[in-house]
Amino acid sequence: MSLSAQLPALQVVLPLLSAPLAVLLRRGWLAFAVVTAAAWAAFAIAIGLWLQVDALPSNGVISYHIGSWAPPWGIEYRIDRLTSFVLVLVSGMAALVLPYSRASIAREIPQESHYLFYAMLGLCLAGLLGITITGDAFNVFVFLEISSLSAYVLIALGRDRRALAASYRYLIMGSIGATFIVIGIGFLYLMTGTLNLADMAARIGAIESSRPVLAALAFLTVGISLKLALFPLHQWLPNAYTYAPSAVTAFLAATATKVSVYVLIRFYFSVFGDSLVFHKLPLPQLMLWLSLLALFAASFIAIFQDNLKRLFAYSSVGQIGYITLGLSFDSVNGLTASIVHLFNHGIAKAAIFLLIGALVVGIARPGAAPPAPTFDRLAGLARRMPLTSFGIVIAGLSLIGVPGTAGFISKWYLVLAALEKGQLWLVGAILLSSLLAVAYVWRFVEAAYFQAPPPGRELKREAPLSLLIPAWVLVLASVWFGLDTSLTLGSAVEVAEGLVRHRP
Amino acid sequence: MALAVVVLARTRNLFAVVVLSGLYSFLMATVLLALDAVDVAMTEAAVGAGVSTVLLLGALHLCKSEEAKPAHRPWLPLALASVTALVLIYGAMGLPDFADPQAPIHQHVVPRYLQNEVDVPNVVTAVLASFRGYDTLGETTVVFTAGAGIIALLRRPGRRARVEEAPPCADLLLRLIGKLLIPFVLLFALYVQFHGDYGPGGGFQAGVIFASGIVFYALIFGVENARRVMPDRLVERMIAAGVLLYLGVGVAGLLLGGNFLDYFVLDPDPVHGQHRGIFWVEVGVLITVCGVMLKIFYMFASRGRGEERG
Repeated sequence: MSLSAQLPALQVVLPLLSAPLAVLLRRGWLAFAVVTAAAWAAFAIAIGLWLQVDALPSNGVISYHIGSWAPPWGIEYRIDRLTSFVLVLVSGMAALVLPYSRASIAREIPQESHYLFYAMLGLCLAGLLGITITGDAFNVFVFLEISSLSAYVLIALGRDRRALAASYRYLIMGSIGATFIVIGIGFLYLMTGTLNLADMAARIGAIESSRPVLAALAFLTVGISLKLALFPLHQWLPNAYTYAPSAVTAFLAATATKVSVYVLIRFYFSVFGDSLVFHKLPLPQLMLWLSLLALFAASFIAIFQDNLKRLFAYSSVGQIGYITLGLSFDSVNGLTASIVHLFNHGIAKAAIFLLIGALVVGIARPGAAPPAPTFDRLAGLARRMPLTSFGIVIAGLSLIGVPGTAGFISKWYLVLAALEKGQLWLVGAILLSSLLAVAYVWRFVEAAYFQAPPPGRELKREAPLSLLIPAWVLVLASVWFGLDTSLTLGSAVEVAEGLVRHRP
Repeated sequence: MALAVVVLARTRNLFAVVVLSGLYSFLMATVLLALDAVDVAMTEAAVGAGVSTVLLLGALHLCKSEEAKPAHRPWLPLALASVTALVLIYGAMGLPDFADPQAPIHQHVVPRYLQNEVDVPNVVTAVLASFRGYDTLGETTVVFTAGAGIIALLRRPGRRARVEEAPPCADLLLRLIGKLLIPFVLLFALYVQFHGDYGPGGGFQAGVIFASGIVFYALIFGVENARRVMPDRLVERMIAAGVLLYLGVGVAGLLLGGNFLDYFVLDPDPVHGQHRGIFWVEVGVLITVCGVMLKIFYMFASRGRGEERG
């Protein structure tokens, strides 16, 4: 047995192992060490897999048979460029958020629950990685349950009592979504007799217009849209992000909705084949309008929020609109924009939520629990916490899509895709929605830089480095990937071409 | 069943709701039995009708038994549910006929499952624990997640509340019957566990039955006595240990030169290796499921008594 051949299994199994170990060890710091080690190992493995995919010819796939049962009888792990891309994003986020969480949750979660927090984070990571890497429809659902259940618990661990209500709401909506997904998978299984996604794609062509397949498409679309918080189905998201512990918000914002987008891409492009999804049904129009609604309505609501965390949560709903907008074009440029934005928005938003976590530590009275980051508490913040404030501004620029930041790249490709379709008004809409982003980022700038700090609070009191370093790594990354796009854009173009041009 | 659901939606008495949903589960189990899905029927009866009814009653103990009147009529949810049902029916109309041997579901992967390569008479067990053993690992992890999540959320911060014990049920008859029945319940659980290769059964069902034996004991002789048999700390360890055992079998496959969860390499004789793998995996499921059920019960039970005084 060579280690490199077993990387696909280890990618998920190591984080999965860390969770029960953390529960058995029961000590906060031991659990922290185990889960962090697993997350770093997962990140290393994700990079290893990336290199393995690189070594394959273009559009190559790594296939791993769990239990040595060949697909479609057993469960297959299937890694192509897109899988590998998302794996790197998810595990990289975990590797950054975990060191951050140690200092962060010390102030937000009671000491004796720390080991459970780490166990849940390990489970959530394993679940998200499992969804991404698997090539089996039912396995997607099983790992979706793992990641969702642990996410509900992580959110409910928030200090504010409203976290419980937010988590409960997410639980109800998430369970409905999961049920829809499993109904859709059930229909597909009944019609094709297989659960393996690649096998399903091969067998679905002949029956793609049959009623059960259409019903499956409907259920899967609604179910996954609930999970990825597509506009009218987003109601769980703002409260969940607002009241969850800071580290959890950052991790979920960067990964959970993104993995759902990945699942949607998989089903739309790999299983159903885009001829069914995009040419025979009015799905692209529907998605286009919902995305536009998300861009404008959610960003507009964001401007009037009083809580900074809530503001950026609504901004997430808007930004997801850009991703689905890219999908609705059904073109190489559109899909490229979606995939790049999935990554770029992930790192920028995670940076912002990590910095907000640092910020609430800074504005707390010494020894007291961190307060909610409402705007009246942020006046003159830049003088007290220059690094934190500056970081939020830079990541905010990436949300707006200013040239030189990662956000610009994704918007640029969206505009290209719209021009390609000859829809000039869409270009206008994209630019106009960016102005809304300017408005909500400006609210923070105004409060932090142009208002005088309240008396007695002028002293510089920056957040601890353990919080700032992971956050700033992401801030710098969102600038780096705006300047050097070979990694993100290169792979996104490759993936998009593979998915759109090579129709089954 | 339809009647039960309508009454469920209309009634405001939560006690009736709990009993009715138990009834619904039993009916569902019968339907599953009629569909020849004995393993699923057994799980539904044990989990849906048995343990969850007890847990819901435990939860009911903590809150009022009348549902509050909703502020507005739920027309929108009703409309959404109707649309969902319509799509479901629309899709189901196009499905192949029930039990049609030509249906794709019977033609593609199933024939190989039925060839019984792993030499386990109960095909369900073979598919569950071997062919798709990784899904079962995932499901066990879901149960583990639920258990650990319950601990994280319901733990009472700080103090170990020492509330004095409510007097154990004094009814002689109940105690007598309990004493007579409980050993058999536990024995039956073990039978279901180890006979799962040959007949319906397996770790999930056995875990629930075993846990319900203990819960039964706790209901009659008091939770503190049950805690003496199965202490909290042990139960929490069980939750993690079961999953670890399952994962351990998978990793053993790795170390012995196979893929993850490869049972063939566990023994020089591949078929024997399959048996060994399935056996230990099912034990892992049993431990975690039993631990989680008990933990949830303990959590509700101890909370109830504390809250009443508070």
